[in-house]
Amino acid sequence: MVSLFGDLDWGIVAEITLRSLKVSGLAAILASTIGIPVGVLLSLYNFTGREFLKSIFNTLLGIPTVVMGLFLYLLLAPKGPFGFLGLLYTEMGISLGQMLLVLPIVVSITATSIEQVSEEIYELALTLGASRAQAVVKVISEALPGIVLSSIAAFNRAVAELGIALMIGGNVFVYGGLANTRVLTTAIQMHVARGEIDVAIVLGLILLSVVFAISWIMNLVKKWL
Amino acid sequence: MAVIELRNVVKDYGQFKLSLSMEIERGITAILGSSGAGKTTLLRIIALLESFEGEYYFMGEEASEKHRKKITMVFQQPVVFRGTVLDNLLYALSLDGNSSKEKAEEILEKLNLLEVAKKKAKNLSGGEKQRLAIARALAIEREVYLFDEPTSNLDAENASIVEKCIRDLAKSGKTIVIATHNIFQAKRLSDKVAFLHNGKLIEYGETKQIFENPKNELTKKFVSGDAYY
Repeated sequence: MVSLFGDLDWGIVAEITLRSLKVSGLAAILASTIGIPVGVLLSLYNFTGREFLKSIFNTLLGIPTVVMGLFLYLLLAPKGPFGFLGLLYTEMGISLGQMLLVLPIVVSITATSIEQVSEEIYELALTLGASRAQAVVKVISEALPGIVLSSIAAFNRAVAELGIALMIGGNVFVYGGLANTRVLTTAIQMHVARGEIDVAIVLGLILLSVVFAISWIMNLVKKWL
Repeated sequence: MAVIELRNVVKDYGQFKLSLSMEIERGITAILGSSGAGKTTLLRIIALLESFEGEYYFMGEEASEKHRKKITMVFQQPVVFRGTVLDNLLYALSLDGNSSKEKAEEILEKLNLLEVAKKKAKNLSGGEKQRLAIARALAIEREVYLFDEPTSNLDAENASIVEKCIRDLAKSGKTIVIATHNIFQAKRLSDKVAFLHNGKLIEYGETKQIFENPKNELTKKFVSGDAYY
């Protein structure tokens, strides 16, 4: 570890850490923006195909990130169907890939949180004079801690995954480069491959600290709600 | 005129079927019967929380969504919202277009809950939650109040407080329907008693008549305390 503090460029570590936060934060925000309304819809409204959709999201919860990464790589590769978007080896590409990965988490946790409170809270609100729309709003507000949890879980899963960040991001790093895509997980993987275990450990600890810090802050928010 | 009129109302769950006709007037009506007799289902139909076959008239009009604002119900298993006890009351009041903290506190005091007004509602004891559910219903102005086993979780002192509140509501001209399996409570509190058994209305009449001169054998057994169905 002595050589570590000598060799490690803390500026680069900060850059990689901030990129991890930015890329995965955006993925969690996008997944929450889409996933929360979908979760609400799946939990509160009966429509044809509802159970099928729920089972798809539940199945996608366990999809290996490398499989998702490979699938997205084929889609975004220059000769792939979405190659014209130019998202391969970009931060935005990683964010969108991670968004797809964590979307089922947001949908499933949101839907479950609402289902746990929905019937009794909905009926209670109705008996107190709420309109059906007001009762739905009350159900969602009662499920808010669970919905916040879905966003925390989404961020934590996104920031800690490797497959998509590596295959879509490519671990690109150039000093002072504007198109870098290296994030904490890809950097850890690279340093382990090079045998620089001490650097990998430091980066691993930083990744864990990020996850703990975000979870702690969000838990405070959850309690406050 | 009857406040609530049910004509050939049927709710069929397959294994259980409620089927009855009855009229409910102002004052306190107790729906008496053992567990599984259909008391809760009947209250839920009156509260417009259940679909059903048959006809339901509310103050002479065919009951519909718009009448929901005239009815409130307190469930047997009390449900509370997140937030404090006071928040729970203020939410109910806000739906009535009223956000008077003073009114909320006045009702909490009536039900011995003022001391826990700032406590998280989820952390209350079962009895406190039940009183909170009743307080929330009392906070809003309704024509009909439905109570499902309102004192089942309460000690004698708090049960008596709740019964007094129910009597006061009736005195102010409201229509109260209480589902209970407690024959003593029905006798103490109600003006009329409807005895339900296996989803059927077995007997319906003045409380005195039902308890002193029941016409049906099942009613006789139940009100004498001999029946265990």
